[in-house]
Amino acid sequence: MMPNAATKSSGAIAGVTWATLAKDLRLECRSKDAINSMLFFSLLVVVVFSFSFDPNAEESRQIAGGLVWVAFLFAAVVALNQTWARELRNQVLDAYRVSPAPANSLFLAKALGNFVFVAVLELLMTPLFVMFYKLRPLGPAWQLIPIAALGTWAIVVNGTFFAAMSLRTRSREIMLPLLLFPVSIPALLAMVNATTAILTGEMSAKFWIVLLSTYDVVFTIACLLLFELVLNAE
Amino acid sequence: MLDSPPIIAISSLVKKFGRFAALRGVSVEFAGGRLYAILGDNGAGKTTLLRALAGLVHPTRGSIQIFGTTDLRAICHELGYMAHPSLLYDEMSGMENLRYFAGLYGISDDQGCAAAMAAVDLDPSLTRLVAQYSQGMRQRLSLARALLNDPKILLLDEPFSNVDVRSAGAMVVLLARMRTAGKTIFVVTHQASLLAGVADEFIWMEGGQITRRTRELQPLESK
Repeated sequence: MMPNAATKSSGAIAGVTWATLAKDLRLECRSKDAINSMLFFSLLVVVVFSFSFDPNAEESRQIAGGLVWVAFLFAAVVALNQTWARELRNQVLDAYRVSPAPANSLFLAKALGNFVFVAVLELLMTPLFVMFYKLRPLGPAWQLIPIAALGTWAIVVNGTFFAAMSLRTRSREIMLPLLLFPVSIPALLAMVNATTAILTGEMSAKFWIVLLSTYDVVFTIACLLLFELVLNAE
Repeated sequence: MLDSPPIIAISSLVKKFGRFAALRGVSVEFAGGRLYAILGDNGAGKTTLLRALAGLVHPTRGSIQIFGTTDLRAICHELGYMAHPSLLYDEMSGMENLRYFAGLYGISDDQGCAAAMAAVDLDPSLTRLVAQYSQGMRQRLSLARALLNDPKILLLDEPFSNVDVRSAGAMVVLLARMRTAGKTIFVVTHQASLLAGVADEFIWMEGGQITRRTRELQPLESK
């Protein structure tokens, strides 16, 4: 029963990350709290906007990039709040804090879990966006895959971090978007421009993809470096 | 009150939450292999002292030394902590909970989890979610979680609250057995009589300070 002395080895970090991720996915599969709220919210955005505007195919290509990513960003906030709320019930987070498990494993597991939830949302919602806005990309459509992956990671990595930061604040549901949205502006700009570039086929999306990759690397490292402080803050 | 060298030394410990001082200059030493009952009214600082020992609250002033180090992260695998809330996921079964928490200590042994459940008189094959457990069952599962890593020091906050008399008695017997096996156990409780004849020392707290330490409970009850 004695714990392994090398608990903090990379193998152990990966093990704890995987165990925490599997636990979060299992809890979400049972409760469906995050995915249901996100789906409902995104569905509302698609329907409300499609009734509010009646764009032709060309106008759709110009605005759809912004519309899609703003919808996903707002919907992701719902999931991001749910992830940490789960750890506050019964103060389960304290059980993690007293254990020798590394703080970064918890952060990575939460970020990966949120990535999966938002990715599932995107997979379910994209056909609806295409249908409602009659979208047909004129540029290289395959580039939408790395843009979606990088953009989603940009949202969830900062979102997971700031959701943890606002965990002990009184109105954390409001605090999270207040912290997250300003920091996400460069990433949002890159996601929207890259998506629009591919939908319209008027320019290359490469610059925006590189910008998004750089953003992801910088903020992932920053969040990993700072997360232990956030976790143990009183 | 120490017959053997201390394994825990707390020096001038002050913990403030804003302007409120929960602990006001606690200085105390604890020997290993003993069962300490920490008693006192609500707000006396018992839980804060326990959380400070667990490394969950950082001292405003003063220090805590456990096994010769003030770096409590370095010895956290030697600690088992049971809080007043259950520290369990309601949406998972008992074994699922224990498997996850065991993984945090690098333990991947299902038998260890089953043994911890059996030790607190819970059936490891129970598939029911923790949300459907009675309060007493939750308390016992919470104790099982604290025992998972076979800790040398056990910090238990109100382990007997909402537990029926028979189960509380069984928990006391288990704690006495673990103390005999060499574990150092701290129990914060309002049900001191359960530990009469079992606890090695009764530590009384008041206003964020330790006011008395005695080997017997009886004289203190007339206080």
